[in-house]
Amino acid sequence: MGQANNKGYLEQTETIKTMIQTCIQCGTCTASCPNIEFMDITPRHMWRLLMTDHVDQLFSSKSFIMCSSCYYCTLRCPRGLELTNAMSQLKQVASKLRLKQFRRSSLFYEAFLNSVKNHGRVKEMEFMTNYFISMKNPVIPFAYASLGIKLLAKGKIRPEFSFGRKGKLTALFKKVAELEE
Amino acid sequence: MKYLYYPGCSLEGTSAEYDISTKVLMEAVDVQLSEIEDWTCCGATAAESQSHLLSYVLPARNLALAEKMNSSNQILVPCSACYLNLKKVEEAIKNDKDLLRKINSVLAQEDLVLKGDVIVRHLLDVLSNDIDIETIKETSQNKLSGLTVAPYYGCQCLRPFTIFDDPEDPHSMDELIRATGAQSFEWDMGAQCCGASNTSTKPEAGMVLVGRILKSAKGADAILTVCPMCQMNLESSQKKISHKEGIDLEIPVLFLPQFLGLAMGKTQNDVRLDLNLSNPGRLIKARV
Repeated sequence: MGQANNKGYLEQTETIKTMIQTCIQCGTCTASCPNIEFMDITPRHMWRLLMTDHVDQLFSSKSFIMCSSCYYCTLRCPRGLELTNAMSQLKQVASKLRLKQFRRSSLFYEAFLNSVKNHGRVKEMEFMTNYFISMKNPVIPFAYASLGIKLLAKGKIRPEFSFGRKGKLTALFKKVAELEE
Repeated sequence: MKYLYYPGCSLEGTSAEYDISTKVLMEAVDVQLSEIEDWTCCGATAAESQSHLLSYVLPARNLALAEKMNSSNQILVPCSACYLNLKKVEEAIKNDKDLLRKINSVLAQEDLVLKGDVIVRHLLDVLSNDIDIETIKETSQNKLSGLTVAPYYGCQCLRPFTIFDDPEDPHSMDELIRATGAQSFEWDMGAQCCGASNTSTKPEAGMVLVGRILKSAKGADAILTVCPMCQMNLESSQKKISHKEGIDLEIPVLFLPQFLGLAMGKTQNDVRLDLNLSNPGRLIKARV
């Protein structure tokens, strides 16, 4: 799917913009981030782009995708802003808009939640298998093979699949989707 | 003492030894656990990356089920990610009644109602605040003296909700470690991030964070964790990272209740050391 236009981003990001509107650009978030060296723009810069409606630049960056939810920025923000939460909401928008650079994470989370919807609990082997299938890249599974074999050998993951089964949490997921329309 | 118990998905699979050793330890300190009936996934970090409402509804379902049980109004949670997700709902609905209504309109699909009268507690919170430390001291009789272990807290049991420890400089594990006769390793990586799911989706970044923690733990006999994600990240790539860095970074990584259980005379089999991915050999040779 193609990239959404600027207007599409703006509607989706209005709530996030409200969340960070009292940012004073001090950069404590940037200084606290453990993943900063893997980001192309800093968290402080991201909030600035959001405040000045340069969201297209924000969504062409990979920075928010690198957030590992350590909550250091949220803890230390002198304005008490929920910055980790803002990062998660940016991920939600990226996932909804099917942004290319978020594809791998998005497919990972979708496979995870599908397993939850079907069984109520995550079945790790099913979830990772479906993730690999959705990636449509035959090379990626090899990176996980040695860990997968170790986990299988210890009986920590089991082959379990749920073809054709009625989902345990389908009704909840459906209602959530309705309310978030 | 009685608590409701929420194991979470990892403790049923990849971190079965965390579930087993938690139960073994709790029995040894005279705590009764009642597992929440029909519990389901808390949403992990997946739900919050996909849907705001779902990230509240999935944990809320479990709180609503817990409220139906009578044995306790406190839920003990060993997994830090589950703890944070359940806690997030407990805290949010105190003030946000609109959110509570919205959650309940979804839970109505399963005839469940969330009121908000259960308290979510992390295993480490319960161990360091509710359990009499003398029980551990008396039972372990300094069995593990001579060992130095590095307490690793990770992120989500400490932040953003600062309930039981200093989120920048945590020390709640120190007293528990000393109660076994062992020493607590002095380092400043205990509250740093392990990379979380980046090790799966962005390994080029995640592995760097894990490598930093393993390098800082040099000199300790083992690392102790209180989170399945941290445990998996710190254990699963030690060989690969050692090879890449050109130094031996292999070290046993144990869940805190496995370590305390061993100190209190439980066997390696009782706390299922065989399920760990790192090699606990050095630790066992030393003492256990």
